[in-house]
Amino acid sequence: MRMNDKRLEIIIGQLLRTGVLLSAAIVFGGGVLYLVRYHAARLSFRSFQVGGPEIRTVPGIAHAAAHLTSQGLMQAGLVLLILTPVARVAMAVAGFALERDRLYTVVSLIVLVILAFSLVRAI
Amino acid sequence: MTALEFTVVVWVLSALAGFLGALTGLGGGVVVVPALTLALGVDIKYAIGASLVSVIATSSGAAAAYVREGFSNIRIGMFLEIATTLGAIAGAFLAGRVSTHVLAIIFGVVLIHAALTSLFHRADHGPSAESDKLATRLRFNGSYPVDGKPQKYGVRNVPAGFGLMFGAGALSGLLGIGSGAVKVLAMDRAMHIPFKVSTTTSNFMIGVTAAASAGLYLSRGYIDPRVAMPVMLGVLAGALLGTRVLVRAQVKTLRVVFGVVILALAIEMIVNGITGKV
Repeated sequence: MRMNDKRLEIIIGQLLRTGVLLSAAIVFGGGVLYLVRYHAARLSFRSFQVGGPEIRTVPGIAHAAAHLTSQGLMQAGLVLLILTPVARVAMAVAGFALERDRLYTVVSLIVLVILAFSLVRAI
Repeated sequence: MTALEFTVVVWVLSALAGFLGALTGLGGGVVVVPALTLALGVDIKYAIGASLVSVIATSSGAAAAYVREGFSNIRIGMFLEIATTLGAIAGAFLAGRVSTHVLAIIFGVVLIHAALTSLFHRADHGPSAESDKLATRLRFNGSYPVDGKPQKYGVRNVPAGFGLMFGAGALSGLLGIGSGAVKVLAMDRAMHIPFKVSTTTSNFMIGVTAAASAGLYLSRGYIDPRVAMPVMLGVLAGALLGTRVLVRAQVKTLRVVFGVVILALAIEMIVNGITGKV
């Protein structure tokens, strides 16, 4: 398949759309579950409290989502959303490589490495 | 207020933020953070966590439309992203070490600068059709549709743009915003890129910058799903509507909307940062 700028852009665009829709669906599902249960709960976010691992670490979130807890699902969808720009950069690396654009394959690879470094530190 | 009331109010405010964000290249974060902290009394840490999510939602949601329309420039965006992501890591690192009041004030000052620059902008100099040497070597020049016809443009002052992008990234990591305002200004004023290309490319970039800080925010617990969920869903809805409007909008109108919104927010943030309400 011949790759050029226009095709690369379209593919990336479709990828972004899919990722966003999927994550939105999961977050929405979790949200509905959450509101059905807790809609009358009195909430205050005035003071910050560090949450547990089920919303702060990837393994914790995956575990909570697998058990279909509302917060676990919402958080899993949010993590998926956070990954969409990362996937976008990865696709750009592949796209530029297919176009044989050496300069921009390297440029986008640098960005990808920086992103990976910062995300890994968080887990 | 109840969880349901909170969710609905946040959703509505976020939809507005997403709409404005899609039009102006901002991530909506500049609206979300003040809205959550000032109107709803949410602690700023939760606000910046949710804001970061909204930035990515606006970026990924809207970017698909813009890239396809032929406005944004991937090469410029990607190259400058090296600077922004590095800055974002530095900023996120500092965020945990800076006090809330100081964050709010810095935020306000940044917005004021952006607002004034945008509102008191002199007539469009008309984008240069020629790139300088570095921009040519980086193949930054491109074309974008004006009234349906492709118009070429060149790019200048790449090092200045790169430096400004590092600063934009640092602000993003520090405040949970996309720094779209700084990115647009850097591309539009310093690098002479046409305004609509600047805003759409910025939209494309802010998501990546935000992702660079997101890992750190997540692990610190800034992203609470009960706050971030309505923000994400609202922003998406608003951004989708905004992208349909941008293509037909006049640049002059966009600049004014941009300037007025952030000026109002800037003043609020500074006042509240000083009086200690944030």
